Amino acid sequence: MMRWTFTLLLLLAGQPVLGATKLISDISQSRIDIEYSFAGANLLVFGAVQYADGRAPGDTPDIAIVVRGPAEPITVRRKARVAGIWLNTAKARYESAPGFYAVASSRPVRDMLDETTAAIYEIGLEHLQLSPASANAPTDLQAFEAGLVNLRKRAGLYAENPRGVSVVENMLYSARINIPSAVPVGDYEAQIFLIRQGRVIATTDRRIAIGKSGFERAVYVAAQGHSLTYGLVAVALALLAGWGAGQLTRRS
Amino acid sequence: MDIYLPIAEVSVNAAIIVAMGLLVGFLSGMFGVGGGFLTTPLLIFYGIPPAVAVASSATQITGSSVSGALAHWRRGGVDPKMGAVLIAGGLGGALIGSVFFRLLQKSGQIDIAISLTYVVLLGSVGGLMLRDAISGLLAKRAGRPAPTRANRHNRFVAMLPWRTRFYKSGLYMSPLAPLLLGLFVGVLTVIMGVGGGFIMIPAMIYLLGMQAGVVIGTSLMQIVAVTAATTMLHAVNTKSVDIVLAVLLLTGGVIGAQFGANAAQKLPAEKLRLALALLVLAVAIRLFVGLTWRPGDLYSVQGPA
Repeated sequence: MMRWTFTLLLLLAGQPVLGATKLISDISQSRIDIEYSFAGANLLVFGAVQYADGRAPGDTPDIAIVVRGPAEPITVRRKARVAGIWLNTAKARYESAPGFYAVASSRPVRDMLDETTAAIYEIGLEHLQLSPASANAPTDLQAFEAGLVNLRKRAGLYAENPRGVSVVENMLYSARINIPSAVPVGDYEAQIFLIRQGRVIATTDRRIAIGKSGFERAVYVAAQGHSLTYGLVAVALALLAGWGAGQLTRRS
Repeated sequence: MDIYLPIAEVSVNAAIIVAMGLLVGFLSGMFGVGGGFLTTPLLIFYGIPPAVAVASSATQITGSSVSGALAHWRRGGVDPKMGAVLIAGGLGGALIGSVFFRLLQKSGQIDIAISLTYVVLLGSVGGLMLRDAISGLLAKRAGRPAPTRANRHNRFVAMLPWRTRFYKSGLYMSPLAPLLLGLFVGVLTVIMGVGGGFIMIPAMIYLLGMQAGVVIGTSLMQIVAVTAATTMLHAVNTKSVDIVLAVLLLTGGVIGAQFGANAAQKLPAEKLRLALALLVLAVAIRLFVGLTWRPGDLYSVQGPA
Protein backbone atom coordinates (compact mmCIF):
# COMPACT_ATOMS: atom_id res chain seq x y z
CA MET A 1 0.00 0.00 0.00
CA MET A 2 2.88 2.29 0.90
CA ARG A 3 4.55 1.57 -2.43
CA TRP A 4 1.33 2.40 -4.33
CA THR A 5 1.03 5.69 -2.53
CA PHE A 6 4.62 6.44 -3.37
CA THR A 7 4.09 5.65 -7.06
CA LEU A 8 1.00 7.81 -7.10
CA LEU A 9 2.95 10.66 -5.54
CA LEU A 10 5.66 10.25 -8.14
CA LEU A 11 3.07 10.52 -10.90
CA LEU A 12 1.46 13.55 -9.30
CA ALA A 13 4.81 15.19 -8.78
CA GLY A 14 5.56 14.78 -12.46
CA GLN A 15 2.46 16.75 -13.46
CA PRO A 16 3.14 20.36 -14.37
CA VAL A 17 1.17 22.87 -12.29
CA LEU A 18 0.72 26.54 -12.81
CA GLY A 19 2.11 28.89 -10.22
CA ALA A 20 4.35 28.11 -7.28
CA THR A 21 6.13 24.93 -6.24
CA LYS A 22 3.95 22.81 -3.98
CA LEU A 23 4.55 20.21 -1.30
CA ILE A 24 2.46 17.07 -1.04
CA SER A 25 2.62 15.04 2.12
CA ASP A 26 1.11 12.15 3.99
CA ILE A 27 1.79 10.23 7.20
CA SER A 28 1.70 6.53 7.95
CA GLN A 29 -0.82 6.96 10.77
CA SER A 30 -3.17 9.84 11.44
CA ARG A 31 -4.15 8.30 14.74
CA ILE A 32 -1.89 6.56 17.24
CA ASP A 33 -3.72 4.48 19.81
CA ILE A 34 -2.12 3.95 23.18
CA GLU A 35 -3.28 0.58 24.44
CA TYR A 36 -1.96 -1.95 26.93
CA SER A 37 0.97 -3.10 24.79
CA PHE A 38 1.99 0.38 23.63
CA ALA A 39 5.76 0.69 23.73
CA GLY A 40 6.17 3.64 21.41
CA ALA A 41 5.51 4.14 17.70
CA ASN A 42 7.38 4.93 14.53
CA LEU A 43 5.75 7.59 12.40
CA LEU A 44 6.58 7.77 8.70
CA VAL A 45 6.21 11.20 7.15
CA PHE A 46 6.56 11.19 3.39
CA GLY A 47 5.57 13.10 0.28
CA ALA A 48 6.73 14.80 -2.85
CA VAL A 49 7.71 18.20 -4.17
CA GLN A 50 5.52 19.33 -7.06
CA TYR A 51 7.53 21.75 -9.16
CA ALA A 52 5.91 24.57 -11.11
CA ASP A 53 7.28 23.41 -14.44
CA GLY A 54 6.94 19.73 -13.72
CA ARG A 55 10.65 19.07 -13.80
CA ALA A 56 12.93 18.72 -10.87
CA PRO A 57 15.86 21.11 -10.94
CA GLY A 58 19.37 19.71 -10.74
CA ASP A 59 20.00 20.51 -7.10
CA THR A 60 18.57 18.61 -4.15
CA PRO A 61 15.88 20.57 -2.29
CA ASP A 62 16.19 21.08 1.46
CA ILE A 63 13.40 19.58 3.52
CA ALA A 64 12.74 20.04 7.23
CA ILE A 65 10.01 18.18 9.08
CA VAL A 66 8.80 19.26 12.52
CA VAL A 67 6.45 17.10 14.56
CA ARG A 68 5.16 18.77 17.70
CA GLY A 69 2.80 17.69 20.45
CA PRO A 70 0.36 19.72 22.54
CA ALA A 71 1.91 22.67 24.38
CA GLU A 72 1.29 23.13 28.07
CA PRO A 73 2.47 25.39 30.88
CA ILE A 74 5.31 23.81 32.85
CA THR A 75 7.58 24.51 35.78
CA VAL A 76 11.25 23.59 35.45
CA ARG A 77 13.14 23.12 38.71
CA ARG A 78 16.83 23.02 39.43
CA LYS A 79 18.49 21.21 42.31
CA ALA A 80 21.35 22.56 44.37
CA ARG A 81 23.20 21.19 47.35
CA VAL A 82 21.84 22.40 50.69
CA ALA A 83 23.53 21.00 53.80
CA GLY A 84 24.74 17.97 51.91
CA ILE A 85 21.37 17.13 50.35
CA TRP A 86 20.20 17.93 46.84
CA LEU A 87 17.05 20.07 46.99
CA ASN A 88 15.01 21.90 44.37
CA THR A 89 16.06 25.48 44.99
CA ALA A 90 15.33 27.43 41.81
CA LYS A 91 12.54 27.33 39.26
CA ALA A 92 11.36 28.90 36.03
CA ARG A 93 7.86 28.80 34.56
CA TYR A 94 7.02 28.61 30.89
CA GLU A 95 3.65 29.25 29.31
CA SER A 96 3.84 26.85 26.38
CA ALA A 97 6.33 24.04 26.15
CA PRO A 98 5.49 21.34 23.60
CA GLY A 99 5.18 17.93 25.23
CA PHE A 100 6.83 16.48 22.15
CA TYR A 101 9.04 18.10 19.55
CA ALA A 102 11.03 16.31 16.88
CA VAL A 103 12.76 17.88 13.91
CA ALA A 104 14.24 15.93 11.03
CA SER A 105 15.99 17.61 8.12
CA SER A 106 17.85 16.65 4.97
CA ARG A 107 20.94 18.45 6.30
CA PRO A 108 21.74 20.43 9.47
CA VAL A 109 19.22 23.24 9.97
CA ARG A 110 21.90 25.92 10.40
CA ASP A 111 23.28 25.04 6.95
CA MET A 112 19.95 25.57 5.25
CA LEU A 113 18.49 28.55 7.12
CA ASP A 114 19.81 31.63 8.89
CA GLU A 115 19.06 32.16 12.60
CA THR A 116 16.18 34.59 12.10
CA THR A 117 14.29 32.48 9.59
CA ALA A 118 14.75 29.32 11.64
CA ALA A 119 13.46 31.18 14.70
CA ILE A 120 10.40 32.48 12.83
CA TYR A 121 9.37 28.98 11.78
CA GLU A 122 10.61 27.42 15.05
CA ILE A 123 12.74 24.87 13.23
CA GLY A 124 15.33 23.32 15.54
CA LEU A 125 15.47 22.78 19.27
CA GLU A 126 17.39 25.97 19.94
CA HIS A 127 14.59 27.93 18.28
CA LEU A 128 11.74 26.68 20.44
CA GLN A 129 9.58 29.53 21.75
CA LEU A 130 8.69 28.53 25.29
CA SER A 131 7.25 31.89 26.45
CA PRO A 132 8.84 32.28 29.89
CA ALA A 133 6.32 33.36 32.53
CA SER A 134 8.60 34.00 35.49
CA ALA A 135 10.99 36.84 36.17
CA ASN A 136 14.32 35.00 35.89
CA ALA A 137 17.41 36.67 34.47
CA PRO A 138 17.90 36.01 30.71
CA THR A 139 21.03 33.89 31.24
CA ASP A 140 19.23 31.96 33.95
CA LEU A 141 16.31 31.30 31.60
CA GLN A 142 18.75 30.00 29.00
CA ALA A 143 20.20 27.58 31.54
CA PHE A 144 16.71 26.35 32.45
CA GLU A 145 15.82 25.93 28.77
CA ALA A 146 18.97 23.94 28.14
CA GLY A 147 18.16 21.81 31.19
CA LEU A 148 14.62 21.16 29.92
CA VAL A 149 15.78 20.29 26.40
CA ASN A 150 18.42 17.92 27.74
CA LEU A 151 15.96 16.20 30.05
CA ARG A 152 13.37 15.68 27.34
CA LYS A 153 15.99 14.66 24.78
CA ARG A 154 17.02 11.83 27.05
CA ALA A 155 13.38 10.80 27.48
CA GLY A 156 13.02 10.77 23.68
CA LEU A 157 10.43 13.55 23.85
CA TYR A 158 12.60 16.12 22.12
CA ALA A 159 14.71 15.01 19.18
CA GLU A 160 16.78 16.47 16.42
CA ASN A 161 18.00 14.47 13.45
CA PRO A 162 19.99 16.56 10.96
CA ARG A 163 20.10 13.71 8.43
CA GLY A 164 16.66 12.31 9.16
CA VAL A 165 15.00 13.24 5.85
CA SER A 166 16.00 11.29 2.77
CA VAL A 167 15.28 12.81 -0.62
CA VAL A 168 14.98 10.64 -3.73
CA GLU A 169 15.21 11.98 -7.29
CA ASN A 170 15.10 15.55 -5.90
CA MET A 171 11.40 14.98 -5.60
CA LEU A 172 10.34 12.37 -3.07
CA TYR A 173 11.11 12.76 0.59
CA SER A 174 10.53 10.64 3.67
CA ALA A 175 11.46 10.66 7.35
CA ARG A 176 10.85 8.39 10.29
CA ILE A 177 9.94 10.01 13.59
CA ASN A 178 10.30 7.95 16.74
CA ILE A 179 7.55 8.34 19.33
CA PRO A 180 8.40 6.99 22.81
CA SER A 181 5.92 5.26 25.13
CA ALA A 182 5.91 8.09 27.66
CA VAL A 183 4.48 10.49 25.07
CA PRO A 184 1.75 12.93 26.18
CA VAL A 185 -1.68 12.42 24.62
CA GLY A 186 -3.29 15.07 22.46
CA ASP A 187 -3.31 16.58 18.98
CA TYR A 188 -0.01 16.54 17.14
CA GLU A 189 1.02 18.42 14.05
CA ALA A 190 3.59 17.51 11.44
CA GLN A 191 4.86 20.53 9.50
CA ILE A 192 6.90 20.03 6.36
CA PHE A 193 9.06 22.87 5.02
CA LEU A 194 10.59 23.09 1.55
CA ILE A 195 13.65 25.31 1.70
CA ARG A 196 15.67 26.69 -1.13
CA GLN A 197 18.61 29.06 -0.85
CA GLY A 198 17.86 29.95 2.75
CA ARG A 199 14.18 30.68 2.16
CA VAL A 200 11.09 28.68 3.01
CA ILE A 201 9.27 28.39 -0.31
CA ALA A 202 6.49 25.97 0.54
CA THR A 203 4.94 24.42 3.63
CA THR A 204 2.27 21.88 4.37
CA ASP A 205 1.03 20.17 7.47
CA ARG A 206 -0.68 17.04 8.69
CA ARG A 207 -2.45 16.29 11.95
CA ILE A 208 -1.99 13.24 14.13
CA ALA A 209 -4.15 12.39 17.12
CA ILE A 210 -2.45 10.44 19.88
CA GLY A 211 -4.84 9.05 22.45
CA LYS A 212 -5.40 6.26 24.85
CA SER A 213 -7.86 3.72 23.55
CA GLY A 214 -9.89 0.79 24.79
CA PHE A 215 -9.19 -0.36 28.33
CA GLU A 216 -6.40 2.20 28.93
CA ARG A 217 -8.71 5.01 27.95
CA ALA A 218 -11.53 3.66 30.10
CA VAL A 219 -9.24 3.48 33.12
CA TYR A 220 -7.87 6.97 32.54
CA VAL A 221 -11.32 8.50 32.00
CA ALA A 222 -12.67 6.74 35.10
CA ALA A 223 -9.75 7.96 37.22
CA GLN A 224 -10.25 11.54 36.06
CA GLY A 225 -14.04 11.77 35.79
CA HIS A 226 -15.39 9.27 38.31
CA SER A 227 -12.60 9.35 40.85
CA LEU A 228 -14.77 8.23 43.79
CA THR A 229 -16.07 5.12 41.99
CA TYR A 230 -12.57 4.47 40.66
CA GLY A 231 -11.15 4.54 44.18
CA LEU A 232 -13.90 2.22 45.46
CA VAL A 233 -13.21 -0.25 42.64
CA ALA A 234 -9.48 -0.17 43.41
CA VAL A 235 -10.12 -0.88 47.11
CA ALA A 236 -12.66 -3.62 46.30
CA LEU A 237 -10.19 -5.27 43.88
CA ALA A 238 -7.45 -5.22 46.50
CA LEU A 239 -9.71 -6.63 49.23
CA LEU A 240 -11.00 -9.35 46.91
CA ALA A 241 -7.52 -10.40 45.76
CA GLY A 242 -6.18 -10.54 49.32
CA TRP A 243 -9.22 -12.34 50.68
CA GLY A 244 -9.24 -14.81 47.77
CA ALA A 245 -5.59 -15.69 48.25
CA GLY A 246 -6.23 -16.21 51.97
CA GLN A 247 -9.15 -18.57 51.22
CA LEU A 248 -7.06 -20.61 48.79
CA THR A 249 -4.23 -21.17 51.25
CA ARG A 250 -6.61 -21.93 54.12
CA ARG A 251 -8.03 -24.80 52.12
CA SER A 252 -4.70 -26.27 51.06
CA MET B 1 6.10 -8.37 28.37
CA ASP B 2 5.60 -4.63 28.14
CA ILE B 3 2.44 -3.15 29.60
CA TYR B 4 1.41 0.47 29.38
CA LEU B 5 0.25 1.88 32.73
CA PRO B 6 -2.70 4.21 32.05
CA ILE B 7 -2.18 6.51 35.05
CA ALA B 8 1.61 6.42 35.45
CA GLU B 9 1.74 6.96 31.64
CA VAL B 10 4.83 4.83 31.16
CA SER B 11 5.36 1.44 29.67
CA VAL B 12 6.78 -1.11 32.11
CA ASN B 13 7.87 -4.69 31.96
CA ALA B 14 4.99 -6.56 33.60
CA ALA B 15 7.27 -9.46 34.62
CA ILE B 16 9.53 -7.09 36.59
CA ILE B 17 6.59 -5.52 38.47
CA VAL B 18 5.13 -8.96 39.29
CA ALA B 19 8.60 -10.08 40.44
CA MET B 20 8.80 -6.98 42.64
CA GLY B 21 5.43 -7.88 44.16
CA LEU B 22 6.64 -11.46 44.61
CA LEU B 23 9.79 -10.34 46.44
CA VAL B 24 7.93 -7.89 48.67
CA GLY B 25 5.18 -10.45 49.30
CA PHE B 26 7.79 -13.06 50.23
CA LEU B 27 9.46 -10.72 52.70
CA SER B 28 6.16 -9.52 54.15
CA GLY B 29 4.96 -13.10 54.59
CA MET B 30 8.26 -13.96 56.24
CA PHE B 31 8.50 -10.98 58.58
CA GLY B 32 4.81 -10.24 59.09
CA VAL B 33 5.06 -6.68 57.81
CA GLY B 34 3.10 -5.06 54.98
CA GLY B 35 6.18 -4.37 52.91
CA GLY B 36 5.11 -0.93 51.72
CA PHE B 37 8.47 0.46 52.84
CA LEU B 38 10.05 -1.72 50.12
CA THR B 39 7.41 -1.37 47.39
CA THR B 40 7.45 2.41 47.16
CA PRO B 41 11.25 2.86 46.87
CA LEU B 42 11.52 -0.07 44.44
CA LEU B 43 8.84 1.44 42.18
CA ILE B 44 10.55 4.84 42.30
CA PHE B 45 13.94 3.31 41.44
CA TYR B 46 12.23 1.58 38.50
CA GLY B 47 11.00 4.92 37.14
CA ILE B 48 7.36 5.14 38.26
CA PRO B 49 6.45 8.74 39.19
CA PRO B 50 6.68 9.01 43.03
CA ALA B 51 3.07 10.14 43.48
CA VAL B 52 1.79 7.11 41.55
CA ALA B 53 4.20 4.79 43.40
CA VAL B 54 2.98 5.97 46.82
CA ALA B 55 -0.72 5.80 45.93
CA SER B 56 -0.64 2.42 44.19
CA SER B 57 1.52 0.90 46.92
CA ALA B 58 -1.19 1.82 49.47
CA THR B 59 -3.71 -0.09 47.34
CA GLN B 60 -1.43 -3.12 47.27
CA ILE B 61 -1.00 -3.10 51.07
CA THR B 62 -4.78 -3.20 51.55
CA GLY B 63 -4.82 -6.42 49.56
CA SER B 64 -1.80 -8.01 51.18
CA SER B 65 -2.98 -7.26 54.74
CA VAL B 66 -6.63 -8.28 54.52
CA SER B 67 -6.20 -12.05 54.69
CA GLY B 68 -3.90 -11.72 57.70
CA ALA B 69 -6.34 -9.38 59.44
CA LEU B 70 -9.20 -11.84 58.89
CA ALA B 71 -7.12 -14.77 60.17
CA HIS B 72 -6.27 -12.88 63.36
CA TRP B 73 -9.90 -11.80 63.76
CA ARG B 74 -11.09 -15.42 63.65
CA ARG B 75 -8.55 -16.38 66.28
CA GLY B 76 -9.67 -13.51 68.51
CA GLY B 77 -6.37 -11.72 68.03
CA VAL B 78 -7.93 -8.29 67.44
CA ASP B 79 -8.95 -5.71 70.04
CA PRO B 80 -11.89 -4.07 68.24
CA LYS B 81 -12.10 -1.09 70.61
CA MET B 82 -8.40 -0.34 70.34
CA GLY B 83 -8.61 -0.91 66.57
CA ALA B 84 -11.50 1.55 66.25
CA VAL B 85 -9.56 4.25 68.14
CA LEU B 86 -6.46 3.65 66.01
CA ILE B 87 -8.51 3.77 62.81
CA ALA B 88 -10.21 7.01 63.87
CA GLY B 89 -6.77 8.53 64.45
CA GLY B 90 -5.49 7.04 61.19
CA LEU B 91 -8.30 8.54 59.13
CA GLY B 92 -7.64 11.96 60.62
CA GLY B 93 -3.94 11.52 59.94
CA ALA B 94 -4.63 10.49 56.36
CA LEU B 95 -6.61 13.70 55.81
CA ILE B 96 -3.83 15.83 57.30
CA GLY B 97 -1.25 13.89 55.30
CA SER B 98 -3.07 14.49 52.02
CA VAL B 99 -3.05 18.24 52.68
CA PHE B 100 0.73 18.05 53.27
CA PHE B 101 1.10 15.92 50.16
CA ARG B 102 -0.61 18.55 47.99
CA LEU B 103 1.43 21.39 49.49
CA LEU B 104 4.68 19.52 48.92
CA GLN B 105 3.63 18.63 45.37
CA LYS B 106 2.92 22.29 44.63
CA SER B 107 6.24 23.47 46.03
CA GLY B 108 8.13 20.79 44.09
CA GLN B 109 9.63 19.13 47.15
CA ILE B 110 7.49 15.97 47.28
CA ASP B 111 10.20 13.59 45.99
CA ILE B 112 12.73 14.85 48.49
CA ALA B 113 10.19 14.89 51.32
CA ILE B 114 9.30 11.24 50.61
CA SER B 115 12.97 10.21 50.58
CA LEU B 116 13.86 12.20 53.69
CA THR B 117 10.93 10.79 55.70
CA TYR B 118 12.03 7.33 54.64
CA VAL B 119 15.64 7.90 55.66
CA VAL B 120 14.76 9.32 59.08
CA LEU B 121 12.11 6.75 59.98
CA LEU B 122 13.67 3.63 58.50
CA GLY B 123 17.07 4.67 59.85
CA SER B 124 15.87 5.09 63.42
CA VAL B 125 13.44 2.14 63.45
CA GLY B 126 16.02 -0.08 61.73
CA GLY B 127 18.67 0.97 64.25
CA LEU B 128 16.42 0.15 67.21
CA MET B 129 15.46 -3.18 65.69
CA LEU B 130 19.09 -4.04 65.05
CA ARG B 131 19.99 -3.26 68.67
CA ASP B 132 17.13 -5.43 69.95
CA ALA B 133 17.92 -8.27 67.59
CA ILE B 134 21.62 -8.29 68.50
CA SER B 135 21.03 -8.18 72.24
CA GLY B 136 18.44 -10.96 71.81
CA LEU B 137 20.91 -13.10 69.88
CA LEU B 138 23.70 -12.49 72.41
CA ALA B 139 21.38 -13.33 75.31
CA LYS B 140 20.33 -16.54 73.63
CA ARG B 141 23.93 -17.53 73.00
CA ALA B 142 24.76 -16.88 76.67
CA GLY B 143 21.80 -19.00 77.70
CA ARG B 144 19.90 -16.14 79.39
CA PRO B 145 16.27 -15.28 78.62
CA ALA B 146 15.94 -12.38 76.13
CA PRO B 147 15.92 -9.03 77.95
CA THR B 148 12.44 -7.51 78.22
CA ARG B 149 11.49 -3.91 78.62
CA ALA B 150 10.29 -3.37 82.16
CA ASN B 151 8.68 -0.01 81.44
CA ARG B 152 5.14 -1.14 80.65
CA HIS B 153 3.57 2.14 81.68
CA ASN B 154 4.93 5.12 79.87
CA ARG B 155 4.69 8.16 82.11
CA PHE B 156 3.46 10.53 79.39
CA VAL B 157 0.77 8.05 78.32
CA ALA B 158 -0.36 7.61 81.93
CA MET B 159 -0.82 11.39 82.34
CA LEU B 160 -3.47 11.71 79.62
CA PRO B 161 -7.11 12.20 80.72
CA TRP B 162 -10.37 10.24 80.06
CA ARG B 163 -9.02 6.81 80.83
CA THR B 164 -11.05 3.88 79.63
CA ARG B 165 -10.68 0.11 79.68
CA PHE B 166 -9.37 -1.83 76.67
CA TYR B 167 -10.19 -5.38 77.77
CA LYS B 168 -8.44 -7.41 75.11
CA SER B 169 -5.30 -5.28 75.23
CA GLY B 170 -5.29 -5.56 79.02
CA LEU B 171 -5.07 -1.79 79.39
CA TYR B 172 -6.74 1.00 81.33
CA MET B 173 -5.61 4.12 79.60
CA SER B 174 -6.63 7.31 77.84
CA PRO B 175 -7.85 6.78 74.25
CA LEU B 176 -5.83 9.87 73.31
CA ALA B 177 -2.57 7.89 73.21
CA PRO B 178 -3.67 5.36 70.55
CA LEU B 179 -5.55 8.15 68.76
CA LEU B 180 -2.35 10.19 68.42
CA LEU B 181 -0.40 7.10 67.41
CA GLY B 182 -3.00 6.34 64.72
CA LEU B 183 -2.88 9.94 63.57
CA PHE B 184 0.89 9.88 63.15
CA VAL B 185 0.85 6.60 61.25
CA GLY B 186 -2.03 7.86 59.07
CA VAL B 187 0.08 10.83 57.94
CA LEU B 188 2.91 8.44 57.05
CA THR B 189 0.57 6.17 55.10
CA VAL B 190 -0.38 8.99 52.77
CA ILE B 191 3.10 10.46 52.34
CA MET B 192 5.16 7.26 52.23
CA GLY B 193 2.70 4.71 50.87
CA VAL B 194 3.35 2.39 53.81
CA GLY B 195 0.98 0.57 56.14
CA GLY B 196 3.10 1.71 59.06
CA GLY B 197 3.25 -1.65 60.82
CA PHE B 198 6.96 -1.21 61.41
CA ILE B 199 6.18 1.80 63.61
CA MET B 200 2.78 0.73 64.88
CA ILE B 201 3.86 -2.65 66.26
CA PRO B 202 6.85 -1.44 68.38
CA ALA B 203 4.78 1.54 69.58
CA MET B 204 1.91 -0.75 70.63
CA ILE B 205 4.28 -2.98 72.58
CA TYR B 206 6.64 -0.47 74.15
CA LEU B 207 4.63 2.77 74.28
CA LEU B 208 1.09 1.53 74.94
CA GLY B 209 2.07 -1.75 76.60
CA MET B 210 -0.57 -3.85 74.80
CA GLN B 211 -0.91 -7.62 75.29
CA ALA B 212 1.36 -9.30 72.73
CA GLY B 213 -1.42 -11.59 71.46
CA VAL B 214 -3.54 -8.79 69.99
CA VAL B 215 -0.77 -6.51 68.69
CA ILE B 216 -0.34 -7.88 65.16
CA GLY B 217 -4.04 -8.50 64.52
CA THR B 218 -5.08 -5.03 65.70
CA SER B 219 -2.29 -3.41 63.70
CA LEU B 220 -3.38 -5.31 60.57
CA MET B 221 -6.99 -4.21 61.07
CA GLN B 222 -5.85 -0.62 61.31
CA ILE B 223 -3.64 -1.00 58.23
CA VAL B 224 -6.46 -2.41 56.07
CA ALA B 225 -8.81 0.43 57.02
CA VAL B 226 -6.28 3.26 56.71
CA THR B 227 -4.66 2.09 53.44
CA ALA B 228 -8.15 1.66 51.94
CA ALA B 229 -8.99 5.22 53.00
CA THR B 230 -5.65 6.40 51.61
CA THR B 231 -6.40 4.82 48.25
CA MET B 232 -9.70 6.72 48.22
CA LEU B 233 -8.00 10.01 49.15
CA HIS B 234 -5.35 9.61 46.48
CA ALA B 235 -7.96 8.56 43.91
CA VAL B 236 -10.05 11.66 44.58
CA ASN B 237 -7.34 14.26 45.30
CA THR B 238 -4.18 13.43 43.38
CA LYS B 239 -5.77 10.98 40.89
CA SER B 240 -2.58 8.96 41.01
CA VAL B 241 -3.85 5.45 41.81
CA ASP B 242 -2.86 3.16 38.96
CA ILE B 243 -5.18 0.15 39.08
CA VAL B 244 -3.12 -1.80 36.53
CA LEU B 245 0.06 -1.27 38.56
CA ALA B 246 -1.69 -2.25 41.81
CA VAL B 247 -3.09 -5.44 40.25
CA LEU B 248 0.35 -6.44 38.92
CA LEU B 249 1.87 -5.88 42.36
CA LEU B 250 -0.94 -7.80 44.05
CA THR B 251 -0.54 -10.75 41.70
CA GLY B 252 3.05 -11.20 42.76
CA GLY B 253 2.37 -10.15 46.34
CA VAL B 254 -0.30 -12.67 47.29
CA ILE B 255 1.74 -15.55 45.83
CA GLY B 256 5.00 -14.41 47.41
CA ALA B 257 3.37 -14.02 50.82
CA GLN B 258 2.52 -17.75 50.95
CA PHE B 259 6.11 -18.77 50.26
CA GLY B 260 7.37 -16.23 52.79
CA ALA B 261 5.08 -17.53 55.52
CA ASN B 262 6.36 -21.07 54.90
CA ALA B 263 9.99 -19.94 55.00
CA ALA B 264 9.40 -18.10 58.26
CA GLN B 265 8.34 -21.30 60.02
CA LYS B 266 11.69 -22.89 59.25
CA LEU B 267 13.86 -20.02 60.50
CA PRO B 268 14.52 -19.01 64.13
CA ALA B 269 12.76 -15.80 65.24
CA GLU B 270 15.96 -14.01 66.36
CA LYS B 271 17.62 -14.49 62.97
CA LEU B 272 14.45 -13.27 61.23
CA ARG B 273 14.44 -10.10 63.33
CA LEU B 274 18.10 -9.49 62.58
CA ALA B 275 17.50 -9.97 58.85
CA LEU B 276 14.53 -7.56 58.88
CA ALA B 277 16.57 -4.94 60.77
CA LEU B 278 19.38 -5.19 58.22
CA LEU B 279 16.92 -4.96 55.32
CA VAL B 280 15.25 -1.84 56.75
CA LEU B 281 18.66 -0.22 57.33
CA ALA B 282 19.81 -1.11 53.82
CA VAL B 283 16.80 0.66 52.27
CA ALA B 284 17.44 3.71 54.49
CA ILE B 285 21.12 3.85 53.52
CA ARG B 286 20.37 3.45 49.80
CA LEU B 287 17.89 6.35 49.95
CA PHE B 288 20.27 8.49 51.97
CA VAL B 289 23.04 7.95 49.43
CA GLY B 290 20.54 8.89 46.70
CA LEU B 291 19.87 12.20 48.46
CA THR B 292 23.52 13.15 48.87
CA TRP B 293 24.95 12.05 45.54
CA ARG B 294 24.91 14.59 42.78
CA PRO B 295 21.80 13.65 40.76
CA GLY B 296 22.21 12.62 37.11
CA ASP B 297 20.12 15.58 36.09
CA LEU B 298 19.83 18.75 38.13
CA TYR B 299 16.68 19.77 36.26
CA SER B 300 13.19 18.35 36.55
CA VAL B 301 9.90 19.27 34.90
CA GLN B 302 6.45 19.52 36.38
CA GLY B 303 3.36 19.90 34.22
CA PRO B 304 0.27 21.88 35.18
CA ALA B 305 -0.95 20.24 38.37
